[in-house]
Amino acid sequence: MNFKLIQNIAVSLLLARWRQTLVAAIGVTFSITMFITLLSFMSGLNDLLDGLILNRTPHVRLYKEIKSSDFQPVDIHSKKTKQYNFIRSIKPKAERLEIQNSAAIIKNLKTDPRVLGVAPKVTAQVFYHVGVIEITGVINGIDPEAENKLFFFNDYVTEGNFMDLKNIPNSIILGKGAAEKMLAQIGDVVQITSSKGERLSLKVVGFFQSGLQDIDNVQSYASISTTQKLLGESNNYITDLQVKLNDILLAPDVAKEYQRIYEIEAIDIQTANSQFETGSSVRSLISYAVGITLLIVAGFGIYNILNMMIYEKMDSIAILKAIGFSGKDVNRIFILIALSIGVFGGFLGLLGGFGLSAIIDQIPFNTNSLPTVKTYPINYNPRYYLIGTIFAIITTYLAGYFPSRKASKIDPVIIIRGK
Amino acid sequence: MSQIILEAQGISKSFHDPVTIPVLKDISFTLNKGEFVSVIGKSGCGKSTLLYILSTMDTDYEGNLIIDQVSMQGKNEGELAIVRNEKIGFVFQFHYLLNEFSVLENVMLPGQKLGKYSPKEIKERAYQKLKILGIENEALKKPNQLSGGQKQRVAIARALINDPLIIMGDEPTGNLDKKNSEIVFDIFKELADVYGQSLLIVTHDNEFASRTQRIIEMQDGSIIRM
Ligand SMILES: Nc1ncnc2c1ncn2[C@@H]1O[C@H](COP(=O)(O)OP(=O)(O)OP(=O)(O)O)[C@@H](O)[C@H]1O
Ligand SMILES: [Mg+2]
Repeated sequence: MNFKLIQNIAVSLLLARWRQTLVAAIGVTFSITMFITLLSFMSGLNDLLDGLILNRTPHVRLYKEIKSSDFQPVDIHSKKTKQYNFIRSIKPKAERLEIQNSAAIIKNLKTDPRVLGVAPKVTAQVFYHVGVIEITGVINGIDPEAENKLFFFNDYVTEGNFMDLKNIPNSIILGKGAAEKMLAQIGDVVQITSSKGERLSLKVVGFFQSGLQDIDNVQSYASISTTQKLLGESNNYITDLQVKLNDILLAPDVAKEYQRIYEIEAIDIQTANSQFETGSSVRSLISYAVGITLLIVAGFGIYNILNMMIYEKMDSIAILKAIGFSGKDVNRIFILIALSIGVFGGFLGLLGGFGLSAIIDQIPFNTNSLPTVKTYPINYNPRYYLIGTIFAIITTYLAGYFPSRKASKIDPVIIIRGK
Repeated sequence: MSQIILEAQGISKSFHDPVTIPVLKDISFTLNKGEFVSVIGKSGCGKSTLLYILSTMDTDYEGNLIIDQVSMQGKNEGELAIVRNEKIGFVFQFHYLLNEFSVLENVMLPGQKLGKYSPKEIKERAYQKLKILGIENEALKKPNQLSGGQKQRVAIARALINDPLIIMGDEPTGNLDKKNSEIVFDIFKELADVYGQSLLIVTHDNEFASRTQRIIEMQDGSIIRM
């Protein structure tokens, strides 16, 4: 009802002390700016680091593991007795790493509605020849199109065109580290020997850089058929099926299910990379803690200015009460002052946070290990702006609450007598 | 018989700091509409204390206070604020204007709080009150640009804005020189005679008191003449 009047009085009191209020508002602006920048930057970094692994890791990987059987012949004999057999030094029997029936499994997987896509892979242990020296390595035989669609293969091919793997027969994309050791250029022909002794000359069509040195020194990519040829295997020889799901959170369940249905090993991304999630959440936690600390400090700034204002305006408050303003009205006046400082400072803080993030986003950030990143990463998630706004309002309200209550309880008689 | 607008029924009050001292002892009196009454007595006899109780700002007392036929007993802080706003105009010894607002805005404040009239009407009424007090030309100045006598007249205009039932003053001329005291007294007199305004004014000035319609004299917390 008399909100306009209360607003009017609040504005007048604010303007009478505009320097101090401005300082208090700048405190809020500063903390919200830092809060948003910090969270955007941290979360950008998190996304980057997670992406480093998560983008390239299948949500579920199906493969065959060579291991000894859990069920040994002697168990048949002692099946119905109460004996227990201790057998030592069991060796696995001669088995192939091939996934049996891979074509049928792929076809089946593709009909699963939870599956985004499937990329088959053949892994081969090889030696790269550098003059007379041999360097151990791994060649991944991939389907370039599927690999790019699901795992952003092109992002990591720093030179050359990844589709050449498919278009040029007997071609290879070398890991950056391996290429440097071999002094290989694009267009060169390199000699590769498989672990079975098969020897092949492959044409270099590109370089690959993942950002993880250990991988770049060892791994190279070729097409599936080239790798099969290198291994001397038929064209249905597949060692890995990389499955990407629509929802990453389903991976553990899906992995278990596939393991049962197809009777092969299946590992989900969460199990394979559990350390990354921990790192991300700890980093976010630190950002929030720092941001909230800044806001609390700003809150004390507001608390101080309001206390000072109330101390200075005791007389005015006493008059207001004498001419018919209630404690509630006085309370509202000072809460309104606190909220105005918070809203004004907070709004500038949102703009400041966006601006600072945008500036950081422009700062060059070139590192060998991250070929796709050119500037510092920023995540412009509107959520941080929302959280910042809510925090700004809550802290300023709390900062204003106690001084306002004090003001509303001022006894005009004491002030008027005191004159 | 004229109408009773304020009635004190056995009002007593003691301060307990550091020892219990009774300051008001069983004060009872009535005030009629249109009366111009002065309260006198030696310093420390409890005049201000009584006035703060009558103006509803002080609620810590025994006895009953009836304003405009309504008992103030059991009313909460918010309800008493409304009574002060609507029925009582208070003039202090010191001017107590809000320096953040212009003279006009100071006068308008209680009117805006009451919310009975439109903003335009409140402004017109404020000008009208300032005119009665002869200071309409100062309307747009800030209070700290005025002389002491002018400030006190602004405070009186502010007390008048809601056409209160009664105006109370605690030594409103106590801080003014002879000439300005004279002006303020003449204004009170005019308000009483011309506008029928009820006034209850505490004063040390016996000459001032002798010119009012009725004198209430206090001594050691009791009324000895009324
Ligand atoms: N807060 C208080 N605590 C204790 N005693 C008080 C308090 N306020 C006033 N008194 C005492 O109450 C008595 C009455 O005070 P009051 O201010 O009403 O006197 P007064 O008649 O207005 O005096 P003056 O003419 O000097 O203004 C005085 O003796 C004073 O000492
Ligand atoms: Mg007094």
